Amino acid sequence: MADRPMLPELMRAHGVSRRGFLKYCASLTSALALPPALAPKIAYALENAARPSVIWLSFQECTGCTEAITRSHAPTIEDLIFNAISLDYHHTLQAASGHAAEAAREHAMKENYGNYLVIVDGSIPVDNPEYSCIAGISNLDMLKETAAGAAAIIAVGTCAAYGGIPHANPNPTGAVAVSEIITDKPIINIPGCPPIPIVMTSVIAQFLTLGLDSIEVDELGRPKAFFGETIHDRCYRRPFYDKGLFAETFDDEGAREGWCLYKLGCKGPTTKSVCATVKWNDGTSFPIQAGHPCLGCTEPDFWDNGGFYKPLSAPAGNYRQAGYAAIAAGAALGVAGGALARATKAKAVAAHEVVDAHDLEKKS
Amino acid sequence: MVKCDPEKEAALSAGMRSSGGLLSLRTLREHVPTGNAGPVLREIAAALARLVETGDPTTIDLGALPFSAGDEKALDAALGAGEVRATVEALGTSDVTETGIPGVWRIDHFDQAGETLSRFVEITYVPEILMTQRGDAADGLARLEADLAE
Amino acid sequence: MNNAYFDLLMWARGPGFTIALTVMVGGILLRLVEILLLGRKKDFAKAKGSPVAQGIKTIFTRSVARKGMMKEAPVTYVAGYVFHLGFAVAFLFLGAHIALIKSLLGFGWFDVNKALIETAAALAVIAAIALAYTRFTDPVRRALTRFDDWVVLVLSVLPLITGYIAVNRVFGVDATLWMAIHILTAELLMIAFPFTKLMHAVTFAVSRYYNGSIQGRKGAES
Repeated sequence: MADRPMLPELMRAHGVSRRGFLKYCASLTSALALPPALAPKIAYALENAARPSVIWLSFQECTGCTEAITRSHAPTIEDLIFNAISLDYHHTLQAASGHAAEAAREHAMKENYGNYLVIVDGSIPVDNPEYSCIAGISNLDMLKETAAGAAAIIAVGTCAAYGGIPHANPNPTGAVAVSEIITDKPIINIPGCPPIPIVMTSVIAQFLTLGLDSIEVDELGRPKAFFGETIHDRCYRRPFYDKGLFAETFDDEGAREGWCLYKLGCKGPTTKSVCATVKWNDGTSFPIQAGHPCLGCTEPDFWDNGGFYKPLSAPAGNYRQAGYAAIAAGAALGVAGGALARATKAKAVAAHEVVDAHDLEKKS
Repeated sequence: MVKCDPEKEAALSAGMRSSGGLLSLRTLREHVPTGNAGPVLREIAAALARLVETGDPTTIDLGALPFSAGDEKALDAALGAGEVRATVEALGTSDVTETGIPGVWRIDHFDQAGETLSRFVEITYVPEILMTQRGDAADGLARLEADLAE
Repeated sequence: MNNAYFDLLMWARGPGFTIALTVMVGGILLRLVEILLLGRKKDFAKAKGSPVAQGIKTIFTRSVARKGMMKEAPVTYVAGYVFHLGFAVAFLFLGAHIALIKSLLGFGWFDVNKALIETAAALAVIAAIALAYTRFTDPVRRALTRFDDWVVLVLSVLPLITGYIAVNRVFGVDATLWMAIHILTAELLMIAFPFTKLMHAVTFAVSRYYNGSIQGRKGAES
């Protein structure tokens, strides 16, 4: 992989003109919410950037993130950028296996120590590190060893960013996020299950051209350009929410008419991502457009946040049963109270003393 | 103010009852101006003054601020149509048009599927995307020389 | 890594709601039993009218203030109605609230436009401010006001304000955090309910029935 031609040659080979490249840089700048004046700088940097060595580590994951990033439609410049980096280790994609693969990783680390980029997908089991091993090396050891010489780490997918599905209750492997193990390196989180391919490549492109410092992240380590607004705020179904038009079930009139999915448990209001505007499969659709509520997959613990199909406003527990019990208890209490009151009255009647005028005179 | 279009309103009310409603509601919402056309026009005026005085070009990203189709209409109405209309076919279509105010260009980039990628206003004498790039010219020269050598 | 805001929201939707609901329902039952246990001495005299019918009727007729109130206390009259109706509309007809009610009771009803909800909420807040103003300026009402009355007033307005902020993300606040804050303010109101004058929302029926039935027994119409 080390002898791949640089970006200009790649563009030429794919019949992409420089105009096309300028157009891509202008649109990338806009997508990253950067000032338009930076577009020429990005173009220059992309053309002249030294090919960084990238080591991609896949831990406890489903390979969905890799599937997503390799599914960006060819020939896009995202693809070319992905080719323009020197992907020196990715055990799913590389031809080598076993010791040869590990040798490639060690070689890349030695050659580029302190300068390579580590991309991680998947969480890391810490209860018993042997739960997930590659070539006999536990994920925990491999991450620590590889991160030591990294310039930066990009945690791709919710598993690497926040622990994701392996971290979900009861978390049998003790899975944790990259940021809980590596604390002395800059980490950029690109959560999602999987993340939107263009978001992954755009962040990588920005890292390559403008450097780590140009990427503004939120308190959860996500680039603000892509995780700054909630899906709800950008959703094309928002007008239905405002009008009070909701799908109550998956097969009622509201569902067919494409009304708001809030009552079916949509997590759009609390989920930050550009799904509603960038969409998937080259802008074809996104879950809500396909009629399914947002699961909130770019947020930590999305698997345990109170159920996918429970409205955000509904309490997390099941109170219906408790409600019936309370009504029964209330009724019993009422009957008991009534009985007690009657008994008190009966006692009062029994203790009733008849007083006549003579008695009153006697007393005075 | 938005003028009421009886046809659109009828389509909207009909849309609330049919599955076509999504589209018409979206159309209507997109046509409501946010009021950002005015400030953008002032920005354009300042940039044009700078271009005339110093020759420095400016690019305004219309995707960087809330800018609906209604705003775009207002902007187009204020700027008018100019003398140049060009189409660039590179990774999808790009429309490059000079507005009625010379030196002010509208550039809309679309991808291969026709979806909008980005929208810009460029205040410059010739937008860079129209100019032949040196690298492309060099490639062309190489191809031409190869053809002549045959 | 955790999202502290979402954890707060989950606490508000989980343990927080359980606590609030238990305190509210338990508190209401306790106070009702307390009231009903007081009992009433049996009146052996023959009833001249119909105490039960008059009692039930009074529960509803007293919803209309007596004549002359408009002149005596116009702010209380108008703002009182506006606050109660506005609060009821905002609480009972927002889609998110109906989803909550449906998950608790198993049934819901129609939703209305958010613009209407927000108008109702805004009117209710303005009315509450007007009520607070007269409570402060009118010497009689001020003398009658205890500390917990102010607490109740603030607590009943807070969910309206926090709800508006959460839904519209006023000042660009975080949606998750403010949804949590909104739920927590509503839970504070629920907890305060049985132990303050907020209890009138339940006891009004008991006391109106009591008054109505006394009058009814004496043959008077109310």
